[in-house]
Formats: sequence, C-alpha cells, structure tokens
Amino acid sequence: MIELLLAARVELEQVLIVGGVLFAIGLYVALAKRNAVAVLMGIELMLNAVNLTLIAFSRFIESPRPLDGHVFAIFVITVAAAEASVALALVVAIYRHRDTIDVDRINLLRW
Amino acid sequence: MCRCPRARLRREEASLEGTGVVIAFWSLAALTVGAALMVILVRNLLHAVLFLILSFVGVAGLYITLSADFVAVVQVLIYAGAIAVLMIFAVMLTPRASRDNAEGLLQVPALVLAGFVVAGVTFVVLETDWRLASRGSFDSTATAIGEALLSPFVLPFEIASVLLVAAMVGAIVLVREE
Repeated sequence: MIELLLAARVELEQVLIVGGVLFAIGLYVALAKRNAVAVLMGIELMLNAVNLTLIAFSRFIESPRPLDGHVFAIFVITVAAAEASVALALVVAIYRHRDTIDVDRINLLRW
Repeated sequence: MCRCPRARLRREEASLEGTGVVIAFWSLAALTVGAALMVILVRNLLHAVLFLILSFVGVAGLYITLSADFVAVVQVLIYAGAIAVLMIFAVMLTPRASRDNAEGLLQVPALVLAGFVVAGVTFVVLETDWRLASRGSFDSTATAIGEALLSPFVLPFEIASVLLVAAMVGAIVLVREE
C-alpha cells in the first residue's frame, strides 16, 4: 500500500481513496455538528466526494460513452444547488419560529 | 490490484504521469482534505464556511488534473460561487443563533461510522482488480458534454430545469414574511 501511495503516477486507486476520505469527513460533519448550517456543509462535502469519484471513473475506465460520468456530475451539482437553496431557506424559517438552529434543540417532534 | 502484466502495462500508460501532474494532484488532494478537516476543527462557523469554499476550489483543481475541464468550471461557478454565498447568507441571517461550530450528541457514533467508511472504501479499492481502468485523458470535454446533454440526456436536462424552478419558488415561499 505504501508503494502504491508513493508511486510516481496517479491511478484510479489514489483518486478513489481521496474521495473516500472526503466522504468520511463530510459524513462526520453532517452527523456530529450541532448547527444546522454546518450539517448542510457536511452534505455538500459528501456530494463533492461522490462527484470526484464519478469524474475519476469517467477518466480511467474504458467505456463506449466515457463522458456520461461528467454529465452525471453536472446533474449532481444541479441537484445540490437546488437542495442547498431549499435547505438554507428552511434553516432561516426555523430560526424565525424558534430562535435557534441547533439541531439538538429542534425537538418538537420528539419520541 | 492487477496481477496480469499486459493489463498492468496498459494501466501504466493510462495513468497520470509526469512529476508535475503527480505533485499537483497530491498537493490539491492535501489542500482539499486539509480544508475539509479544518471545517471540523475550526470553532467559528463563518471560518468553517470559508474553509469549505477552499475545499470546493481544491476539488475543482482535482477535476482539472483528471482532465474534466468543463466540470471544473461548473464546480467553481456553482459551488465556490453560488452555494458558498448562500451559506454565508444563511449564517448572517441567523444572528442570534450560536456561531460556534461545536459537536452535538452524536459525536462518537459519527466518528466510528466515518472510520468504518474510510476503512471499507480503502479495503475495497485496494483489493479490486481494476483491469478496465486503462483509458487515456480526454482532449476537451465541453462539446461532447453539450451534445450528450441535448441528445441522450434531454429528459433529465429538462427535469433539472423544472427542479430548479421548483426549488427557487419553494425557497422564496419559505422565507417570505407574512
């Protein structure tokens, strides 16, 4: 594995590992942070990691239509923009009603 | 890992070679992952948003090393431009909420889960035989992406525009004063 990481060329494995690390960081941010905006930042990091793996597969894997991965990445970016706008509007609406965006204290629907 | 010599040779021809590209890839990867780690570690939420923007720019650079020029430009425009501005607006519009970037109740389970994700992805990536991973870089992608968006992907393309309109109307309705 050390030999793989220090090789003087970059292959699919290295890009995928970078994407996996980025996804894990995003997952931790989305699950562990208390501020709702920080949770959204974690989701954006995860979407970025997925896009990175899509682009990496599109670059390295042979296929009859090699640019489909790029098109998928563009659709993911579009959906991420829509999701971010709606989610941040929700955050502002929750703040107006309850004066907090702490996800541990938004517990009206608790069990 | 691939064990057959011929596929191995083809893979080596297809990989990103040259010292400059490799150094660029690893420094951009370090920038991206380091900025994402600072999103976790930094205590001020506004600084966390700024580090997130740095991470987005690093991902755009990684796209360029993977010869995805059009997606890199889209990434800079939409992520580092639009979404970053939206997040800064959301932080600024909630002035009396806490600005700290502290962890909530789920810190330990989240850490364990993230560790499992890294371990699992690394294991699977290193154990898989990527003998199909042998194509070279693209020359330019913008023309082909435009054609792909308008012939095989025209229905998702139109649905994406409807989704954007719905998201915009929804966001306006959600934050409108009565």
